[in-house]
Amino acid sequence: MDLIFTIAVGLLFAASLYMILHRHLFKLIVGLMVFGLASNLYVFAIGRLTREQSAIIPGDADVAFEPFADPVPQALILTAIVIGFGLQAFAIVLVKRLYQVSDSEDIDELKNTDKIDSTEK
Amino acid sequence: MIFIIIAGLIIAFLAPLLHRLLGKFIAVPMVLLPLGMFAYFCTFISPVLAGQPVLQEHSWVPALGVNFQFLLDGLGLFFALLITSFGVLVMGYAGSYLKGDEQLGRFYLYLTLFMTAMIGVVISNNILGLLVFWELTSISSYLLISYKHKYEVARASALQALLITNGGGLCLMAGLILLGIAGDSYAITELVQLRPELLAHDFYLPVVLLIMLGAFTKSAQFPFHVWLPNAMAAPTPVSAYLHSATMVKAGVYLLARFTPMLGGTEVWNYTIMAVGATTAVVGAFLALQQLDLKAILAYTTISALGSLVTLIGIGSTFALEAMMVFLLAHALYKGALFMIAGTVDHATGTRDTTKLHLLGRRMPMLAAAAVLSSLSMAGIIPFFGFIGKELLYEGAFEAPSYAMPLTIGIVFSGIAFVAVAMRLGYGIFFRKSAHEATAIGHAPEPGLWLPPLLLGIAGLVFGLLPNLTVTPILNAAGVSIAGAEAGQLELALWHGFNPILLLTILTILLGIVAYVFTNVFTTWPVHLERLYNIGPGQLYYFFKRISARGAKGLTGSVQSGYLRYYVATIIITFIFLVIGAILQENLYAVITRDTWIKAFSEIRIYEYILLILMVPATIYVSQTNSRLIAITTMSLIGYAIALAYIFFGAPDLAATQFLIETLTAVLFVLVLHKLPTLRTIKTYRANLASITLSTVFGATMAYVMVMVRQFPLDSELKAYYGEASWLEAKGRNIVNVILVDFRAFDTLGEITVLAVAALGIFSLLNLYPEKGDQL
Repeated sequence: MDLIFTIAVGLLFAASLYMILHRHLFKLIVGLMVFGLASNLYVFAIGRLTREQSAIIPGDADVAFEPFADPVPQALILTAIVIGFGLQAFAIVLVKRLYQVSDSEDIDELKNTDKIDSTEK
Repeated sequence: MIFIIIAGLIIAFLAPLLHRLLGKFIAVPMVLLPLGMFAYFCTFISPVLAGQPVLQEHSWVPALGVNFQFLLDGLGLFFALLITSFGVLVMGYAGSYLKGDEQLGRFYLYLTLFMTAMIGVVISNNILGLLVFWELTSISSYLLISYKHKYEVARASALQALLITNGGGLCLMAGLILLGIAGDSYAITELVQLRPELLAHDFYLPVVLLIMLGAFTKSAQFPFHVWLPNAMAAPTPVSAYLHSATMVKAGVYLLARFTPMLGGTEVWNYTIMAVGATTAVVGAFLALQQLDLKAILAYTTISALGSLVTLIGIGSTFALEAMMVFLLAHALYKGALFMIAGTVDHATGTRDTTKLHLLGRRMPMLAAAAVLSSLSMAGIIPFFGFIGKELLYEGAFEAPSYAMPLTIGIVFSGIAFVAVAMRLGYGIFFRKSAHEATAIGHAPEPGLWLPPLLLGIAGLVFGLLPNLTVTPILNAAGVSIAGAEAGQLELALWHGFNPILLLTILTILLGIVAYVFTNVFTTWPVHLERLYNIGPGQLYYFFKRISARGAKGLTGSVQSGYLRYYVATIIITFIFLVIGAILQENLYAVITRDTWIKAFSEIRIYEYILLILMVPATIYVSQTNSRLIAITTMSLIGYAIALAYIFFGAPDLAATQFLIETLTAVLFVLVLHKLPTLRTIKTYRANLASITLSTVFGATMAYVMVMVRQFPLDSELKAYYGEASWLEAKGRNIVNVILVDFRAFDTLGEITVLAVAALGIFSLLNLYPEKGDQL
């Protein structure tokens, strides 16, 4: 299963980058979101997959017994998911505003600030 | 001595405040400061003349070897006295010259800052300390030239001076650091002892060339001289102080200071000699053709600096001593003449020599000062300028090599000096002509003629009684540069009949002839325009344009402005780094046929559902052109991942993922009608390129994952949390315990991030920009 899982994560990464490289604003957000999902899975899989063994100490025990899932990557990912949501929500609203003002969904048309002013000597 | 520097800096920055408090009387404290410094340095005269240099040390950045180490030997003391005594006169002169100027406080700030920095240059024993003060003089010079910042000429000239002198300053920095490495010391007193090692060191040539570049740019040597005439855009007190008497002599000081350490080799002597002699001739040649008073003075200053540098290049004991004498003589008359030019400008409103006539009638005191200093400049007996010029000629005449061309060059510049001195001391003040005397707006006050008159008188007194006044300190300075065999100089007006006297007489006669033909010379710039168009002045603008264009081109190519190029650059760099690391460390992932079989045989049925949900959705989301479908398929991926979390023992993650995915979908749908519709705006080729890059990237990530998992995982954290979670934190869900207990502060930070994001969203939603507003 590990190998198949890995390939799926690779596929997610590829798809997300493809969408980020797209010039479209909407696709950029979707791409960023998928990239976040892929990164979470990446960390999750690096911490090893353990089937059906959650990181919960049974009620009759004082300490957790192997095998149990590694709680550290899970804690990291939990934080990442929540923060990712903050980012997504902000990005969605930002893009909405941007689109209202610029009337363009093409990121290439938003490069005015990167141009060197040719009138200056 | 550090107190002098600190006091100078403090008073400099107090100047604007003092101006507000004292009004026009600000000149009083500003004159008292250099006067006090002068008195302070005078207390060192007797030990220094007795051959005991004063050394003081204060550590600053000991780890880098940067210390405030002050050395007061003959050379340093001579310059310190020169700087502070001129400081007194110039500060007083500036008070009258810029009377009523609202920015006078600022002006005094810059001027005092400069004076302090200049003192720092000449008394620093640590070469890095010297460099710091050196750069400070360049910066204060920049501020002073651009003082009349409303004029574009002033700003452009200031920038030119800054670029050229600071360019040289950078070279000097490199040279001094190399010198420090070569000698393993940053103290001048120690480096002088290491002369044999330094001369034999591999760094010798670069060190010498870099230090020379620093000195030549500062002292306006050909071809870097172009900034000095333009620097005349500064108020005249500045020109008198920085651009004739002191700052431009910093380069001369530097060469003199390093002569006992690095001098005496062929590359040193011949390079300096050639540059100096060229500068002396070019400066004199150009000075003859000028009409503007200050331009005339600027070019003769260049010429005089060239002569000084030539003498250092000749390098004989006598030449080095002669250099010190000529330096003092030049400072005296040139400082005075600059102030006179300023006063004339102040009184008549013009500096054009063709419009200035018979000024002596209305300004007798100024005329007296002009006569005294121009006689000194022309080298007439019994002025100090005569002694200076005699020694200058003798130094060139008796040069160990190339004596003939050097003498011709120096005499040529001497002739130009006589002609120029006549124009300044006689032509504009007394010469009878068809013109009426130039109208004078208001008669100059004492502050405008007294300082130059004092300098003129000093030139006379020093000339008459050299051995009672200046010979001892000049000898002490000579010892600092040329070693113990120097210091025997007896200055006298009369040397008997010798070839030098003949040269002097010849110079004066030819100078008078040149003066008569002034009107011919001043028409030359028109004829020589083509030559000047390819001169160093144009070269400067050429390089400036080139570098601006280059910077623009580079920025334009690196900063394309296209988001996808930035992302692609990051990703490609990342991929190359990963591949590089894999190749270097032999981190190959092992995937055999068995691995594949094992992988597929292990999959449980319900896990297939996961794959069936996820893979097509992933491919579909990147291809669809419907916003709704894109959101739905993305949610599908999110839910599939939540399922995966359940399957692999992470119920908390699954719950969070379900929740967040739902929220995101809801948010999306709420603003969906305000979001742009999807369309394909990619060209076929760009599409192909991004598919390729994405595939490589995905493959790299997958490869790294496989590779990493070949290594055993040894997590002490897992074991620790497994044991401590219930016993210490009384929680059975380890993930939750980590978040709310062990790493509670991280969670607090996470909540803060969410709050900030919420604030951002809130303000974005309350922002109502007009359509078509500039972004």
